[in-house]
Amino acid sequence: MEQAFVVEAVVLAVIIVIPAYRVIVGPTLFDRLLGAGAIGTKTVALICLVGIIFDRLDMFVDIAVGYAILNFIGNLAIAKYFIVPKPDGHPPVESR
Amino acid sequence: MNGFDGLALVLVAAGALFLLVGSIGVVRLPDFYTRIHAVGKSDTLGLVLVVLGIAAHEGASLTGVKLVAVVVFVALTNPVGSHALVRSAYVSGLRPWFKGEPVPEDPTADHHDDGDDDGDDDSAVAEPGEDRR
Repeated sequence: MEQAFVVEAVVLAVIIVIPAYRVIVGPTLFDRLLGAGAIGTKTVALICLVGIIFDRLDMFVDIAVGYAILNFIGNLAIAKYFIVPKPDGHPPVESR
Repeated sequence: MNGFDGLALVLVAAGALFLLVGSIGVVRLPDFYTRIHAVGKSDTLGLVLVVLGIAAHEGASLTGVKLVAVVVFVALTNPVGSHALVRSAYVSGLRPWFKGEPVPEDPTADHHDDGDDDGDDDSAVAEPGEDRR
C-alpha cells in the first residue's frame, strides 16, 4: 500500500521538474514567474504525499498549509511588484 | 488504514494526470497567456484531486479536516494568483500572441533575451488597450 504512494510521489516529483524548463528559458519575466508558481503549487501535493510515506501526515499537513499560504502571498506580492513601466517612462495603467 | 485506500489511489493518480497536463502545457504552448491558461486551471483541479485522495486515505480525523481546508484554500487562492500575474503582465504591456503570427518562442524567428532581463522583449511591448478586441 505504501509502495503505491511512493510510486505516485516519484511520478509527481518528475512532473514538478517539468516547469523548471520554463523558469530557465522563459522568454519573458512573466513566464519565469509562471513556472515558479506552477512548481510551488505542485509542491503542496508532494508535501502531503511525503507525509503519507513517512507516516507523519499530521505534521506534514501543517507544513503544506504554510507552504500554500506563502506561495499565494509570494505570488501576489511579486505580481504587484513586477508591473514594469513602459520603456518611454509612461506610468503603468492603474488598477481599479 | 481504512476502506478508502483504493479511492485514495485513484484520486491521487487522476490528480497527477491533471498536474502532468498542466506541466506539458507550460512547456508546449506558444505564449505567456496561453501557458497560464493551461496551468491556472488544471493545476488547481489536479491539486484538489490529490489532496482529496490523501484525505480519503486519512479518513475522518483532525488531519482530514485540515486537508479539506487545504483544498478549499487552494481552490480559492490559486486562480486569484494566476489572475494577478496575468493582470500584471497585461498592464505591463505584454502583447498577446494572435493566431497566424509567428510563434514568439521560435528561436530562429527573433531576438529574445536582450540582456537587461526586465522581461519586456521590446518587440512584444504594446500599449495596453491598443490591441483589445
